[in-house]
Amino acid sequence: MEANDKKILQVRDMHVHFTLGGGAFLGSKAVVIKAVDGVSFDVNVGETLGLVGESGCGKSSAAKGVLQLYRPTRGRVLFRDVDLCKLKGEALRRKRKELQMIFQDPYSSLDPRMTVLRIIEEPMKVHGVYGRRKERTDRVLELMRLVGLNPTDMHRYPHEFSGGQRQRIGIARALAVRPEFVVCDEPVSALDVSIQSQVINLIEDLRDQFNLSYLFISHDLSVVKHISRRVAVMYLGVIVELAEKRELYAHPLHPYTQALLSSIPIPDPEIELERTSIALEGEIPSPVAPPRGCRFHPRCRQRKKICSKVPPSWVEAAPGHFVVCHLF
Amino acid sequence: MKRGSMSRITGTEGKNDSASTEVVAAPPLRHHWLLDLSIQLLRTKPLGAFGGILVLGMVIVALFAPIIAPYNPSDIHSDRIVSPPSRTFYFGTDALARDVFSRIVYGARVSLAVGLGAVGLSIFFATLIGVLSGYFGGILDTIVQRCVDAVMSFPWLIIMLTVMAILGPGMLNVILALALAGFAGGSRVVRSAVLAIKESEYVMAARATGCKQGTILLRHILPNVAAPIIVLATLGLGNAILAEAALSFLGFGVPPPAPSWGRMLSGDGLDYMLQGPWLAIFPGLAISAAVFGFNMLGDALRDLLDPRLTGGFRLRG
Amino acid sequence: MEATEKTREPILEVEGLIVRFFLRDGPLLAVRDVSFNLYPGESLGVVGESGCGKSVTFLSVMRLIPIPPGRIEALKMRFKGMDLLQASEKEMRRMRGNKISMVFQDPMTSLNPVLTVGKQLQEIMKLHLGLRGKALENRCLELLEMVGISEPRIRMRSYPHQLSGGLRQRVMIAMALSCNPAILFADEPTTALDVTIQDQILRLIRSLTRDLGAATVLITHNLGAVAGTTDRILVMYAGRIVETASTAALFHDPLHPYTRGLLRSIPRVDRESGGRLYSITGAPPDPLREIIRGCAFSPRCPLADDYCVKHPPALEEMHPEHLVSCWKASDGSKR
Repeated sequence: MEANDKKILQVRDMHVHFTLGGGAFLGSKAVVIKAVDGVSFDVNVGETLGLVGESGCGKSSAAKGVLQLYRPTRGRVLFRDVDLCKLKGEALRRKRKELQMIFQDPYSSLDPRMTVLRIIEEPMKVHGVYGRRKERTDRVLELMRLVGLNPTDMHRYPHEFSGGQRQRIGIARALAVRPEFVVCDEPVSALDVSIQSQVINLIEDLRDQFNLSYLFISHDLSVVKHISRRVAVMYLGVIVELAEKRELYAHPLHPYTQALLSSIPIPDPEIELERTSIALEGEIPSPVAPPRGCRFHPRCRQRKKICSKVPPSWVEAAPGHFVVCHLF
Repeated sequence: MKRGSMSRITGTEGKNDSASTEVVAAPPLRHHWLLDLSIQLLRTKPLGAFGGILVLGMVIVALFAPIIAPYNPSDIHSDRIVSPPSRTFYFGTDALARDVFSRIVYGARVSLAVGLGAVGLSIFFATLIGVLSGYFGGILDTIVQRCVDAVMSFPWLIIMLTVMAILGPGMLNVILALALAGFAGGSRVVRSAVLAIKESEYVMAARATGCKQGTILLRHILPNVAAPIIVLATLGLGNAILAEAALSFLGFGVPPPAPSWGRMLSGDGLDYMLQGPWLAIFPGLAISAAVFGFNMLGDALRDLLDPRLTGGFRLRG
Repeated sequence: MEATEKTREPILEVEGLIVRFFLRDGPLLAVRDVSFNLYPGESLGVVGESGCGKSVTFLSVMRLIPIPPGRIEALKMRFKGMDLLQASEKEMRRMRGNKISMVFQDPMTSLNPVLTVGKQLQEIMKLHLGLRGKALENRCLELLEMVGISEPRIRMRSYPHQLSGGLRQRVMIAMALSCNPAILFADEPTTALDVTIQDQILRLIRSLTRDLGAATVLITHNLGAVAGTTDRILVMYAGRIVETASTAALFHDPLHPYTRGLLRSIPRVDRESGGRLYSITGAPPDPLREIIRGCAFSPRCPLADDYCVKHPPALEEMHPEHLVSCWKASDGSKR
């Protein structure tokens, strides 16, 4: 894969499967949802890798799989050469200091019964950094100022803040113990449009200030284009295309990516008048039984005979531009 | 297109009459949730507040019984058997010439002790079972829930009577019997609350932070199930007092000479209904007031605490 | 997408709409004096963020707001001359789904989970159009085909949870258009859907309403969505309309600082993505906690001065058919 900078994260053939039902009592058949079905990518130090896709593509499950919040059924997640999948218990807990997450929903990702101070302070207590209470409080104040919150609000409860402010609290919490890698799971999707840009700017500023590496998940292709360096497109549990962002958005190779990008509405009436989108046939299939061969073939207008039989493999169609498609 | 008219809005009920459009934050007072809750209760749920006052009254009477009661509840006042209320004996005397008023007052202690003891124990079991079963799920959950099913299939009276029959008389035994009869239903309530909270993003966030399971349980799950538990407790107290009265009626309650409202009602109250109705009326009123108070308070708390769980009402768009 | 002609009669007239909610925590002023007209066959976009009152406005027109705790006041609220404020509940019921329809954001909660899709669709037509039997069934199939649902006979027998979000929304649209309404309100119809489906649904709404000659109101926070599908746009903020213009004019020459700020702060796929995003400082006001005296946007406005803070501006026509509510946009002579 990539060969420029030092890599902070290397994901190899990660699978995250959920098994439902199949109770021993009733002997009913177990249903396996293959949310993530063989995903590999790298994140370089200081880079932002965007992960996009529509609902059911598995991007959120992939993010949680990387952080071992769902334990991958298969595969390796190498964080600075340590395979997180092999860590358990205390060792894994300790590792979490270096990998944090910003969650999507500012209304449910903060414990409603804890004050802001306690929320932001919790990671510090868990990992035993900033041992004395005064040190922790100082650090919390520092973080609040960093993310643009008023330090005098630290004794307030989450429901007293707006969505954007709550998201800032979540960001402060994620940064409390100085992680190197942060997974951002749709961090601005639940926010008002005029607030989104504030939080995006904040996330970028923090990245630059602390040399953080991000895995940025979103369904909003415009936001992802803005914030990422490289972008990976997921469909039904696998990555179908990966490239540097300008290259991807200018020359999408995979038919799905092409359809996806063509569907984005542009806030400009003249452009919208001319825009024709590539309509996809049918519906997204269930992740329980993905189509044989190329997962996308039932909906692809450019499909060939081979597409329904053999899964395509990873091809570097242009330097740094990878596609998973029989057309290449 | 017509022009919009100038705003005819003047500030209604302005808490903070500043001329600018600065954000008028909610009162910044030390935000203790107990204080907030009490204020809410008084303001919006008068029935619940009234219930709360009744409960408070009962607690005060129980605490200060020696001061409030003019006589010792077991004192026999020679020949004044079953005498009607008078200036010396406010609520009259009973078949053993004891002052009914003093017995009612000290009876508050018995009822509260039994109530709090039973509810406390019951909630303890219910929470333990509900939390562990709900949080860890899997086989443990299945087995525990089937056991709870079994317990719940027995009528509570049967359970209580069986326990009393096995253990014999005594206040502690009564408390245990009541607790065993009541914990199963409570555990279900706790379990469903835990199931819901378990899936919250903030619990996942705590895991992402690196919290240990135990920490998550104590710091995140428990405080958030506190609300349904509080409601369970207040409603359960009313039930416990009633259940104790039922036990006494059947002869299994707190043994004499402890003044139990239930036994007063079902003993002398029943025997002397015509000659000395006050022997039934006052204990009956006491029980009713206590149960009513706890139930109203519990109802009001349930209403007040529920929306708080979800962070309040927000109108979008 | 022609510009509306002044000579046409409006199909919906709203003037001076004020909607309040009397809640446990205090009174909430959700809509603070909104006035607009809707013309037959036109496509109107209503853009705004949470708390701006856009949904409440149209729910009020349909009288779907629960009356306590809500209260609707208006100088005028007329549909084809019929007074909507004074109409009885019975008259309103005859109109909803029939003359004026609404499509909501989340089709999962708007559809009855225990009835098949076909049943729900037929229920409306039975009620308003009095169709029965074969005629009813055929019309139902026709509608499902019209909204692009393949194999309509099978789909008719499906339950909502068996369908994907996109399909459900198509069913909602079929239901809304089944009785050939004069007006369709679409409240964030695509927000919960994937991008590829969003695009299809918006196009569907556009083409169907055009074919049927219905007026459409698209309520959304997504500026891209309105750019391609509307003739005219209302921008709402904190319960009032702050700007209104034809779609082309709004995007090319936004006059209100809020509109301008919004347009500048959205990241765009079709542009080079460097540097920081422009962002409007602060947050939209919370309708419950704040009492607004002057211009509601002034705390966040780069142009605001003392006058703006104290005096609420009114909508004024700056260019033909382009109105703004802003002291700084006007020539200042109105002070």
